[in-house]
Order: sequence, then structure tokens, then C-alpha cells
Amino acid sequence: MTLLTADPRVFDRDFDPAFRFHDDDPRVVPLAPEPAEAALPGVLIDRVTKVFSGPGGPVAALDNVSLSVAPGEFVCLLGASGCGKSTLLNLIAGLDQPTAGTVQASGRPALMFQEAALFPWLTAGANISLALKLAGVPRRDRATKVDELLDLVRLGGTASRRVHELSGGQRQRVALARALAQRGQVLLMDEPFAALDAITRDVLHDELTRVWKRTGNSVVFVTHNVREAVRLGQRVVLLSSRPGRVVGEWRVDIKGPRTIEHPEVSALAAQITLRLREEIASHAHA
Amino acid sequence: MPMLDLNEAGTAGNGAVAADDRDEQFEREDTAAVGAGLDALELHVTRRRPAWRRFLTGFYPPLIALVVLLGFWQLAYAAKWKPEYVLPSPAEVWTTFQGLIADGTALTVIWTSLSRGLIGFAASIVLGTVLGLAIFRFGWLRASVGPLLTGLQSLPSVSWVPMAVLWFGLSNGAIYAVVLLGAVPSIANGLISGMDQVPPLLARVGRTLGLRSMGLMREVLLPASLPGYLAGLRQGWAFSWRSLMAAELIATSSKLGLGLGQLMDRGRSLEDAPTMYTALILIFIVGIGIELVFFRPVERAILSARGLVPAAR
Repeated sequence: MTLLTADPRVFDRDFDPAFRFHDDDPRVVPLAPEPAEAALPGVLIDRVTKVFSGPGGPVAALDNVSLSVAPGEFVCLLGASGCGKSTLLNLIAGLDQPTAGTVQASGRPALMFQEAALFPWLTAGANISLALKLAGVPRRDRATKVDELLDLVRLGGTASRRVHELSGGQRQRVALARALAQRGQVLLMDEPFAALDAITRDVLHDELTRVWKRTGNSVVFVTHNVREAVRLGQRVVLLSSRPGRVVGEWRVDIKGPRTIEHPEVSALAAQITLRLREEIASHAHA
Repeated sequence: MPMLDLNEAGTAGNGAVAADDRDEQFEREDTAAVGAGLDALELHVTRRRPAWRRFLTGFYPPLIALVVLLGFWQLAYAAKWKPEYVLPSPAEVWTTFQGLIADGTALTVIWTSLSRGLIGFAASIVLGTVLGLAIFRFGWLRASVGPLLTGLQSLPSVSWVPMAVLWFGLSNGAIYAVVLLGAVPSIANGLISGMDQVPPLLARVGRTLGLRSMGLMREVLLPASLPGYLAGLRQGWAFSWRSLMAAELIATSSKLGLGLGQLMDRGRSLEDAPTMYTALILIFIVGIGIELVFFRPVERAILSARGLVPAAR
């Protein structure tokens, strides 16, 4: 890979040339940490079952799901409709309680959705500032923090913009900044890029990897998109549908820069897709 | 430059991957530049037309409509469609109108009515808001009082006048009671429907940020329901103004002072048609005035801040 650093075009002009190319390339995802029993995890889901009462009797959304996310680890959750991934995120976020089992998360997790869900009556900066206020940041520090966070997501100078004056990608970046403003250690993302066009999504993949590497949050990223999961995640976890169970898990061992059309990403994605298709097909006769 | 062959993806060995990587590096511009390009392309540049242009385009059409209306009036008068003591000429009404303005009567009469309207409306805002919040907050209250409130909203508030006079006599109390009964249901219902329409996702975000009941109400539900609340206020004002005029027309007494409704009733009892028409025009002007001076700008400010109104208008 030394070959790559020789080409000046691959340097991002914002990067400090003292850093090695690999560390700062937003396409390089460090490999997953080795499983360690002793360390305090970022998120620990232990034999969790969640049952909802539906019109036709109780419906199990999650069945005996166990998952551990190390501090600073990026885990992608994959699954077809009805795999209970939103339920799982709600449980981790503490918005709902499991029927059985335990959910632990360090700090108050932040949640991002497919829609940016910014408050339209506030400016971009005020949206972030509100999150800071609720995280207990004193008033005098908020303005500086808002600017720092906006700079982090490359939206410096847009603090006074109204939400409707931002593009879809920019809104998601403000939503990311707001989530980071909560200063939790865990970031939960519920298909945050599903509504964006392909190029914007590629850009945001790079941005997310860059921001995550800088902040060191644990991330649980839910998606339908297998390639996206392989592009972003250190680990990919496959959930079955109705009820949701963990049916597969992959470590993404790709050392070089990843892009969505990268051959190694494609190869692993193909393998996972095959398993996902099997899982979906099993419902045809159920 | 060779294209990246996706068909090879699954079988590519390590050497091939390295080569592909390099090609990819050359083909891709850096993320920041692409991101900045996307932002620039998606930037919505909106420019408002200058204020005088907006004023002119908003001003002329109603003026033309008004002139046409006056033309029809003059025609009907000239054709002796109705006797003169029923339909006076526009010129005659204009003379009376000018007279009332000149001797200051118009201003006093308007102020008598308007102050009643504003005091009644202010009280309605307080009551309607408290009631709306309570109904939104407590399910049992919504189940019990909600339908009654909607029923009240469709009840013409004029029908309260006889009862109000019965309870409070010919006093300002009776007039305020009618105004309140007209406006409170609209304001409460506007607030409730505004809060019902807040996207659940926003409330969910609020809870993730750590907001609970009162905080959620203050930081999310209330600001999010502002457009609905404003629509309720606007309707509430229209209803209070109407009920006020109805009350003033029916509850006339020397104790009550001369409001617009009483001015019209005096015109009727003295068979002074120009005064009646003048009173009608004054009522109309006050109604439009409040709308233009208060509700229109406030609504525009609230909606355009949220991107709900095309800013170019």
C-alpha cells in the first residue's frame, strides 16, 4: 500500500501530511477489536426477548438476542423487514423495556433516523445547542461547541441556516452533529442514509467513518443495504425476521480503503446477501 | 483508464485488489470536494421580491375588486332598485363616513368595540390554551370534554346572547361571555389539532435527547404545534369579532356605551341608512385591519422560518 501514498492526488488537502495515509483515509476502517470478556462493553444485549401484544395475540419482535458491542466498535445490523431492528435500537436507547433479558449501554445513547428529524423551528446551530443544553453543557460553552461540532461534520459556518435551507445530506450531517452533541458513548443509527442518493450516500459513508474514527463512539448501524454494512462496519450481524434472532455474524477483515464498489466489499457482501436471501426465502412457506 | 470490473469482484486475488485500489484512487476525487460540490448543487437560493413589488401585486387586485363592487352599488342606486332610505348612494354613505371620522365619533366607537374584542380575545387565549393543553394531556378529559368542545365550535355564538343577557344583564359581562364562548373552543381545538399533528418522530427525538413530559411539551410539542395553534387563534379572533358584533347588536343599552354594533342598531332605529352602512364598513375595516396588521405577518414569519411558504412570494 506504500504505492498509494506516493501519489499526491490521494491526499486530502485537510489532512496533516505527518499522518500516514492509512490512518486518516476516511475509507479505511480499522479491524474489529478481538472479543474481550473482561472489558466493559459499549452496548451489552443479553438474551433479550421483546413481545408486543398485537391484534391476533402476542407477537415476538425479538427472540433471545445477544449482542455485545465493544467501546469504539462499529457494528452493522442487517436484516429484512420485520427483524425487529428498530425495536432493538429503541431498547438500547432506553425508549422501551425488554420483555425478558437485559440491555446495558454506557451513557445515554444517541439515535439517528432515516429522516434527519431536525426541529424545523430552530436553526441548524440551535438544534445542536439544544442537545448540548440537555447534555448539561453550560450556556457559555455552547456556542463554541456548536461551531466545533459543525466543523467536525464539515458544515462550518452554517449554524444560522434554517433546516429547510440545507440539502438532504447536510441535514443528516447536522443530525450527526446533534447526536454527537449528546456526548454519549453510543451512537445508534437507524438506516440514516437510506433516503439519500447514491453519490451523497458514498460521501456520507466516508464522513461517518472519519467522524467515528475521530470521536471513538460505539456505533450500532442498522441497514437494509448489505454493501453499506460491509463498507462501514467492523462487524456485520445478520438478524432473522419474525421473530428477530441473530443468525449470522461476520468480521470485516478488509485492511485497505473501502468503497461501496470495492471488490473485497462486494465479495463479502455477496456472501452475506446469499445468507440473507436464504433467511428471507425461509418465510415463503411459513 | 481501465474501468473497475465488478464481475471480477468475487474472484479477485490480492494482487488484483491492490491494482484496482490504485485505479480507484485516481478515479475518485476526494470526499470533501465531492461533498462540497453536492452541497453547492443542492443549495436552494431563494430571493424575495422587493417589498414595494410585493405590496403592489398584493394591493391592486383587491382594489380593482372594490372599485367594481362600488360600480355595481352605484348602478343599483341609479336604477332605483330599492328606495333611497334602504339603499343610499355611495356618495351619501361616504359623506356620513367622513363626518363620523372627522368629529372623532368613528374612532371612539371603534375603540369601544375593539377594546372589548381585544380584552375578550386575550382572556380567550388564556382559557383556550389552558383548556387545550389539559385536554391534550389527559385522555379522560379529551374523551369527555373533547366532543362538547367541537360541538360548541359549530354552535353560532349569537345563540348565546339571550342566555348571556339573562345571566349577566345588559352589561359588559354579557358581551365578554359571548366573546369567550365564541373564541375559546376554536383556540383550544386549534392547539389540540396542532399538537396531534406533530410528527411522532420529533417527539421520539425529543425523548432521545433526554426530554420528559414538561420539557418535551415546552421544547418540542408547543413549538411544533405553533402553525396549528396560530390557525386556531386566527379563527378564534374571527369568531370573537363576530360574536362581539352580534352581542352589541342585540344587547344595546345606554349603560354599555356606543360600540360598532350599537352604532348600527342606532342607525336602524333612527332609519338612518347611511349610518348603518358606515357601521358595516367600519366593522369590515377593523376585521381586515387586524388580519393584515397582526395575523398575516405573524403567520408568514412562523411558516417561512420553517420553509412552509415559498420564500419568493
